[in-house]
Amino acid sequence: MKVAVLGIGITKFGEQWESSFSNIFVEAGSKAIQDANIDGKDIEAIYVGTMSAGRFIDQEHINALIADQAGLNSIPSTRVEAACASGGLALRQSIMAIESGMHDVVVTGGVEKMTDTTMSKTTRTLVTAADQEWEAFLGMTFPGLYAMIARRHMHEFGTTREQLAMVSVKNHRNAKNNPFAQFNMEITVDDVLNSPKVADPLTLLDCSPITDGSACIVLASEEKAKEFTDSPIYVTGSGQASSTLSLHDREQITVIDSTCNASKEAYRRANITASDVQIADVHDAFTIGEILAIEGLGFVKKGEGGKATEDGVTDKGGRIPVNTSGGLKAKGHPVGATGIAQAVEIVSQLRGDAGKRQVNADIGLTHNVGGSGGTSIVHIFEK
Amino acid sequence: MSIPRFWRHNKSRYNLIGTRCVKCDETYFPPRKLCPKCRRKGELEDVNLKRTGEIVTFTVIRNPSEGWGNTDPYIMAIVKLDDGPSLTTQIVDCELDGIEIGQRVTKVFRKIQEDGDSGLIHYGFKFKPLD
Repeated sequence: MKVAVLGIGITKFGEQWESSFSNIFVEAGSKAIQDANIDGKDIEAIYVGTMSAGRFIDQEHINALIADQAGLNSIPSTRVEAACASGGLALRQSIMAIESGMHDVVVTGGVEKMTDTTMSKTTRTLVTAADQEWEAFLGMTFPGLYAMIARRHMHEFGTTREQLAMVSVKNHRNAKNNPFAQFNMEITVDDVLNSPKVADPLTLLDCSPITDGSACIVLASEEKAKEFTDSPIYVTGSGQASSTLSLHDREQITVIDSTCNASKEAYRRANITASDVQIADVHDAFTIGEILAIEGLGFVKKGEGGKATEDGVTDKGGRIPVNTSGGLKAKGHPVGATGIAQAVEIVSQLRGDAGKRQVNADIGLTHNVGGSGGTSIVHIFEK
Repeated sequence: MSIPRFWRHNKSRYNLIGTRCVKCDETYFPPRKLCPKCRRKGELEDVNLKRTGEIVTFTVIRNPSEGWGNTDPYIMAIVKLDDGPSLTTQIVDCELDGIEIGQRVTKVFRKIQEDGDSGLIHYGFKFKPLD
């Protein structure tokens, strides 16, 4: 498969008190369309991923809101949802719309406005990604689920508390060079260990923040893309898989099997293997999440993710640079926008436009997870 | 949570009533309407599960969700029941640092939460360490 990326756009991530949900989407969309050097009349459809506009800003019917505010009233607009993987799912749906021959040029966005409500309501909304009747109702929170995975990973594989912290330290270091990132300060392992406990063994600095933000991407069929550019980046692989909604129903607590299955599909479609991937932006909503990701995607052996992080394998100069953008942890995690923001980073890197974050890579991967692993979506990008 | 939404699960929240597939003998908790292994060929019947099991993993929740009420830290765990299935539950009657993976636990009947000052009081299972 081969779908061309014509343009990318992203807003500053963080607390954006002065901008509304639709403001930030329009900002990212305008940047992407300008970057693609296309005209509004070239756009045939819109896909938008958002996890919970209904709870965060009391607004549903997002597809129409977005088309309206973008001045693209007459074209089809579709909102998709898969919790924190909503952006990745929107990307996959738009790729399928192009691959099917239905559309030639599509704008795909992800957006979330998380700071227009209270912290405790946000926490409550995020746990709607888990089973409401048999996890959340009984007292579980979203950080709590990942904390239980972390505890079990430490128990089974000897992963250390310090190794978890090193994920956060690395991603903060990377975010310093990302002008769109929410955080711009380096932290130490001790900072992570000494930050307030959220859900043992995880502390505040193991957790991605509450973020407003949006990212957009313009996609086109390989043929149509030639009208606009000679050298697009291509999406060459897409994979999606599901697993149990509840963590307690998983065969193994320490394996996100949907990630393993989604990456297998994406590698097969791109005709590559895990060892061909040279850069990846993965779903580190919690530090343990990045360790599960690099294991599940096949970059390191099962159980060795903590050690690999300690050894610098995933550093910017390491064998497989992971989350050069700063990841969800330090770039920020506006949940519905994250899957598209990951694509923006990988496309920037493959184009050679990543500034101080630049690594030398021809093949990149994005990895977006919904809930505690009920959904995983993986995409492969190539020059 | 609305009254009917809670009420329809009372049976399983009060007494660990799960389901077992008579075709493949797999046991499920929470109860399911469809056996994921046998799908339409399966046939599920209610089964009263033994109240004991062991802790697979656990955490201490320091930041509860909105509406949880009491904001003191509490232990949440995944418990694998001796009858097979695993569930998510609060662990009570022990210190916050008083349990570890592999700890044997048993079900107790407790208040889960209440809908504000004048709403319904929800009861159900929690687990406590076995001596």
